[in-house]
Amino acid sequence: MDQTTWSYVFVGVTFALYIGIAIWSRAGSTDDFYVAGHDVNPVLNGMATAADWMSAASFLSMAGLIAFLGYGGSVYLMGWTGGYVLLALLLAPFLREFGKFTVPDFVGDRYYSSFARVVAVVCALFVSFTYIAGQMKGVGVAFSGFLGIEYEWGIVIGMVIVFFYAVLGGMKGITYTQVAQYCVLIFAYTVPAIFISLIITDNPIPQLGFIGEVKGTDVSMLDKLNQVISDLGFLEYTSTSKSMFDVFCITAALMFGTAGLPHVIIRFFTVRNPGAARISAGYALVFIALLYTTAPAVGAFARLNFVETVNEATYISDENYEAAATTVLAQGGKPVPQWFKNWEKTGLVGFEDKNSDGLMQIRGPAAPDGLANEVDANNDIFVLANPEIAQLPGWVIGLVVAGGLAAALSTAAGLLMVISSAVSHDLCRRTLFKNMSDTTELRVARISAAGAVLAAGLLGLYASQLGFVAQVVAFAFGLAAASLFPIIFLGIFWKRMNKEGAIAAMLTGLVSTFGYIYYFKFGGGSAEQWLFGVSPEGIGFVFMWLALGVGIGVALMTPAPPQDIQDLVEDIRVPGNRHDHGIADSGMHPIDGS
Amino acid sequence: MSESATKTDAKGYWSATLKLTTVLLFIWFACSYGAGIVFRDFLDQFSIGGAPLGFWFAQQGAIYFFVALVFYYCWAMKRLEKKYGVETQ
Repeated sequence: MDQTTWSYVFVGVTFALYIGIAIWSRAGSTDDFYVAGHDVNPVLNGMATAADWMSAASFLSMAGLIAFLGYGGSVYLMGWTGGYVLLALLLAPFLREFGKFTVPDFVGDRYYSSFARVVAVVCALFVSFTYIAGQMKGVGVAFSGFLGIEYEWGIVIGMVIVFFYAVLGGMKGITYTQVAQYCVLIFAYTVPAIFISLIITDNPIPQLGFIGEVKGTDVSMLDKLNQVISDLGFLEYTSTSKSMFDVFCITAALMFGTAGLPHVIIRFFTVRNPGAARISAGYALVFIALLYTTAPAVGAFARLNFVETVNEATYISDENYEAAATTVLAQGGKPVPQWFKNWEKTGLVGFEDKNSDGLMQIRGPAAPDGLANEVDANNDIFVLANPEIAQLPGWVIGLVVAGGLAAALSTAAGLLMVISSAVSHDLCRRTLFKNMSDTTELRVARISAAGAVLAAGLLGLYASQLGFVAQVVAFAFGLAAASLFPIIFLGIFWKRMNKEGAIAAMLTGLVSTFGYIYYFKFGGGSAEQWLFGVSPEGIGFVFMWLALGVGIGVALMTPAPPQDIQDLVEDIRVPGNRHDHGIADSGMHPIDGS
Repeated sequence: MSESATKTDAKGYWSATLKLTTVLLFIWFACSYGAGIVFRDFLDQFSIGGAPLGFWFAQQGAIYFFVALVFYYCWAMKRLEKKYGVETQ
């Protein structure tokens, strides 16, 4: 069977599995729909969280991004894992003890204000929609690139699948599908990584190969890589052009943003009790670390292999690759690798013979021989071409395609949950129609999930025309860090925090971060104007402190929150201590999952 | 819910929790921002296997520390809950 057939087989089998799980785990109540009945096993929740968390970008693009950025790529590695420490220590167990469904639930009840709730809804919707556009685009790209299906139809197929398990099963369906998706994606990621590690370093464990030596020599892999790329005029792999302060801020914005992302937080509402929320964050981090410690190894191996096999290779434009390659070899030359030719058709790699010597020059900005770079490569190519570079059989490529789709779909589903619950629960049930029955709410939840799937699909179609999906991700993290994290944190750790302070903090974080990113990404701002030299990616961290300061200042100038609220805060700090507290719980009683 | 657990010392539990959290966050900060970013150049003169130590912390080590921190936290919180008579299921 050829690669495309294998891809169809894997994608078909995994999709059938997801639909099967959706039918098996249908939701019967709002409790099932929003939080999977508060009864998910912590290990399974950890897996689901990991799948929820690791998006198409983590799976396809991150290793390639690190390959190009070298040390600079560390911001993603630390930023997207360190946030789980904050979640486990500062947020997850307390929010679980609080015992409701969503992040705006907490904000609205803790700050006894519908206005605060609505602002939180706006933040949650904004963050989730920017994020989901990228996922739908990933689904479309995967379908169009590997299965020969048009981009638009790819998105439609993705929408139908997500529709099935998100609308039918809600959080319950999503949780168990995500568990399956995690298994698919981690297997698809690690198998090629092991083989490429064996090829480059002769060590089957990529994490050890990363610090090991190049196969058959006593030169360390990283030293070799540093030397090879700096000879071509690139920055050394272990260095970066970013300032230390900027690296610090970007890492921090990603970490605090991770901890403030609603689709991550709600996963911890699905377990039995605060203890389970803590351990579940631990398992989630283990499952995430499995991919996140493999990615830098894959990135480094791929960069080394890419330069060594492609640089100064003889380009073959001939239809008959085999014959032409044999001729080049016979003349003592180095033919362009087969995988390069295969992927050239997709546009992910490209060659332009600027000096007409028939050889492919890879050069950095400071090339000693002054030659121009002739080879372009997309970030995604390194993960996608890995199986071929490692000369693995065709079915492994099918597996990678299925893995990429699993990563995109699982994240999309988690985000859809946030969007639909923000509309049906926070806006309809808790703000506009307070007397809505459980059955009606469940129906509204399904309808808004369906609406959200549709909106996400349209966004995905629209995103193909707009090139800025990668950039808007900075929005999602920056906004989560600056607007949501401070008030959730203060809501738990500072009893005196009140409604006025919370609203001021959220608006400060939202407006300042949005304005800054918008100005520099779309408004024509230049790098010299950066505040303290901090790039838009890292500004969420700076404005998070601003929001904290404004929030605390305003809170101190306005009356303390009512006694009921202060009692509520005392309660959620201690597991098993949650009582009903007058105005704090007047709209909805806390749910005891145990 | 917890009226029966007369020996619950919620205040003691909370202050012990805060203390533990502070210590762990300090380590969290030190292994990522400290070793991987601020003191990276200094640590790079040492190496672990074939990798400069500061670089390794930024791309590998910090993540291993994060995992260890969260599991230690879970274990330590269980102990605190027992010590202060906090009800756990």
